[in-house]
Amino acid sequence: MNEQRFPSLNLVPKAEAPQSAKDFKTDQEVRWCPGCGDYAILAAVQAFMPELGIRRENTVFVSGIGCSSRFPYYMNTYGMHSIHGRAPAIATGLAASRQDLSVWVVTGDGDALSIGGNHLIHALRRNVNLKILLFNNRIYGLTKGQYSPTSERGKITKSTPMGSLDAPFNPLSLALGAEATFVARTIDSDRKHLQSVLRAAAEHEGTALVEIYQNCNIFNDGAFEILKDAASAERALIRLEHGQPIRFADQGVFRGPDGELTCAEVTAANEARLLVHDAHAPSPVTAFALSRLADADTLHHTPIGVLRSVRRPVYDTLMAEQLAAAVDQGGEGDLAALLAGRDTWTVA
Amino acid sequence: MGDGPEGRSGPGAPRRSKPVRRLDRVIIRFAGDSGDGMQLTGDRFTSETASFGNDLSTLPNFPAEIRAPAGTLPGVSSFQLHFADHDILTPGDAPNVLVAMNPAALKANLPDLPRGAEIIVDADEFTKRALAKVGYGADPLADGSLGAFHLHKVPLTTLTLEALKDSGLARKDAERAKNMFALGLLSWMYHRPTLGTESFLRTKFAKKPAIAEANITAFKAGWNFGETTEDFAVSYEVPPAKLPAGRYRNISGNLALSYGLIAAGQRSGLPIFLGSYPITPASDILHELSRHKNFGVRTFQAEDEIAGIGAALGAAFGGALGVTTTSGPGVALKSETIGLAVSLELPLLVVDIQRGGPSTGLPTKTEQADLLQAMFGRNGEAPVPIVAPATPAECFDAALEAARIAVTYRTPVLLLSDGYLANGSEPWRIPEIDELPEIKPDFATGPNTEEGEFWPYKRDPHTLARPWALPGTPGLEHRIGGIEKQDGTGNISYDPANHDLMVRTRQAKVDGVAVPPLVVDDPGIEAGDRAGVLVIGWGSTYGPITAAVRRVRADGGRVAQAHLRNLNPFPANLGAVLASYDKVIVPEMNLGQLALLLRGKYLIDAQSYNQVRGLPFKAAQLADVLWAAIGTLDGSEER
Repeated sequence: MNEQRFPSLNLVPKAEAPQSAKDFKTDQEVRWCPGCGDYAILAAVQAFMPELGIRRENTVFVSGIGCSSRFPYYMNTYGMHSIHGRAPAIATGLAASRQDLSVWVVTGDGDALSIGGNHLIHALRRNVNLKILLFNNRIYGLTKGQYSPTSERGKITKSTPMGSLDAPFNPLSLALGAEATFVARTIDSDRKHLQSVLRAAAEHEGTALVEIYQNCNIFNDGAFEILKDAASAERALIRLEHGQPIRFADQGVFRGPDGELTCAEVTAANEARLLVHDAHAPSPVTAFALSRLADADTLHHTPIGVLRSVRRPVYDTLMAEQLAAAVDQGGEGDLAALLAGRDTWTVA
Repeated sequence: MGDGPEGRSGPGAPRRSKPVRRLDRVIIRFAGDSGDGMQLTGDRFTSETASFGNDLSTLPNFPAEIRAPAGTLPGVSSFQLHFADHDILTPGDAPNVLVAMNPAALKANLPDLPRGAEIIVDADEFTKRALAKVGYGADPLADGSLGAFHLHKVPLTTLTLEALKDSGLARKDAERAKNMFALGLLSWMYHRPTLGTESFLRTKFAKKPAIAEANITAFKAGWNFGETTEDFAVSYEVPPAKLPAGRYRNISGNLALSYGLIAAGQRSGLPIFLGSYPITPASDILHELSRHKNFGVRTFQAEDEIAGIGAALGAAFGGALGVTTTSGPGVALKSETIGLAVSLELPLLVVDIQRGGPSTGLPTKTEQADLLQAMFGRNGEAPVPIVAPATPAECFDAALEAARIAVTYRTPVLLLSDGYLANGSEPWRIPEIDELPEIKPDFATGPNTEEGEFWPYKRDPHTLARPWALPGTPGLEHRIGGIEKQDGTGNISYDPANHDLMVRTRQAKVDGVAVPPLVVDDPGIEAGDRAGVLVIGWGSTYGPITAAVRRVRADGGRVAQAHLRNLNPFPANLGAVLASYDKVIVPEMNLGQLALLLRGKYLIDAQSYNQVRGLPFKAAQLADVLWAAIGTLDGSEER
């Protein structure tokens, strides 16, 4: 086999034969609502997995609770559908003890950002070799339509008939603040883009957070329509590409004198000052500014793509190195010597 | 064995010029301010005593505050040690000797002293201000109020400073060695070997040789002070105990538990993964395991209790021996994940070092009030096997037993230790490695149906355990989760009959866990002269219960004793044992949790005797309870 093209999977056994999307489908009936954005994501992921070139049995999907968290049942890999919010913690234990596995977490905005917020931020700061797919539909689906931590303020739902009072989380800002080494955003309906982001996430060594805007056609239909409708998307959506000036329609992104990012019409005079996207910038400052470029209510100027991808030591690698170093320093553990300790006496 | 600072001459160090009195046992309590180093002093005296070959039992008792206000009652920290020339079971009811480093330590501990006890005080600390701080109107050293005791007023601070006047240390640093002066004095009084402490101090202060030497000098000065001063007329000898043959070491419960976990990893061939969040009194297990990475032990200090157990469960899915260690409040947070582990049927060890509750309760004090939480503290029918060690050394066996059950039956197991076992210590006969049980993971390797499929919930007909198929095993890809599963296939199922079957099957699996029969100690049984009263306990009450039983029997009383190490399932013969006694007494450091289970399951009139003072029972107290029970049964039996 050739050198593994996904550095994060160097320790995972390679598949002996090519695989297809079909190999990743299970015999279980998929039970999302008809028209749910999850179907598109599932199909995109199943079609993408063969690209990794690793053994299917060395792939694990771990999820929490929520609509998105049913995902593992439909992937013909190893999988665990766990409890609400805890998937990052469970996956951390698995990934930290098994470097020969490719571990994926599937979660939603309620699961990851509300009940499981603590585990998410700590997984990100540790940089465990996990790929976290956060399906964000800005609503609680499985509990039938309450506002979520990403819902816009004033959201009218069953639990907020007069409008929600909470300010929403910006998942990417949160991830960047939590020292994430890889942060990206994509959209359920844009299969090509979704797969390109999955590819970049899989290549990343450490924790990758991929926010996927996902449509809940029952409780929050059309939440991302502005980014999907060809006409409106042209002016609302910003596709980030590393090394390329950031521009969309006749607009572009510029850094203002105070360091803030702004969108403005591109002219011959200002074209040279267009912000060039650098996903590998050591400082997260620009990525953070990009994560906050969109208008939270209207989603105008929403960047998608990889906002940040930087290298930092990976937790599970460090852990394995400590174990090896301990053996180097003290030799393999000797149980009899350990139990005896230093101060013993003998009774005849 | 040392008889003083061997080969070194201190200021006037004649050897054993004073009379020596022989004792069979002694209880010493060191008490001082939290910052006085009383735990260290107690640990050192314990090590000296262990290496001398006495049987021993210890009770550290310290405040939750790291440094409570100096000189106050809440700031008092103490360490009690009971050592003897015979097998003993408890740290002792009442100290024969109290070392009090200040007025607060005296005042806090005086009520526990029997008449005639020896009190050694640091007389320098009994200043007007210090006395006033703890509400002493008059100086107890001078007002005759301690007339019932044998009081030694030793200017420990002055003597330590004097001994260190050439050390070049600042007064403050020199003063801190006074605990070693006290240790030296007590080492002289009880003929403790001293070389171990000297080498301990050299190692501990390896980077600060001046401090090491100062401590050793103070230690020797204390020893020599005992030998020369007229205040201490005699020294005492407690000969080594006659324990079963073997090689021994002293061990605390948390250390024994840590070693038991490592041994379980070695005997099962499974890598240990500990996911834990620091909490008193369990943190020492995290500390200890993190020092043994060369055994392939992974330790993960999680962001919270939930992540600690979550990571352990994730690692268990991957084939590790997943362990999480905590105390009562942590178990509360872990409940949901324990329930998930019950549903996933994966091996997992949940170690609860119980402390006083509810809520934060008494973090540094002992209690055994988490039994019902361990038994029932989850949503739905979520049975979990429970094991509970009875002594510090038994924590080693309990860890192996918990691992055996977890791996054999693919289930989370709760191990209930407590603060008293965790920090207390006793001699431990070091086992040979091949004496230890072997644990067989028996991972699934291939399809398990005739159709060549793999069903993750197809059970072993004997144990009802499901296969443990590790990621990376080709052909066994499967998904498991907390949603109810169809029997056999493990597919999601909301079928009513299937749920009923699965609930009953999970219960049957735990009920069917093989546990050793309950052993009853009833001396009259062979002669057909069974006792009328059975005392039954679990966990750390073993020491005081057994000591009380011995007392009662020594005074002619008849009482049977049994102690439960497996609390779920109970031993198969438990019901028959209970039914064969007229009266069953259940002492517990809670309000009757085991008694509730015994009454509920066996319909017997088990009588609770309870205490929740954050301290273990006293043997004398329990002996009175047993006598009272015997008395109600048979008025003729008098004490």
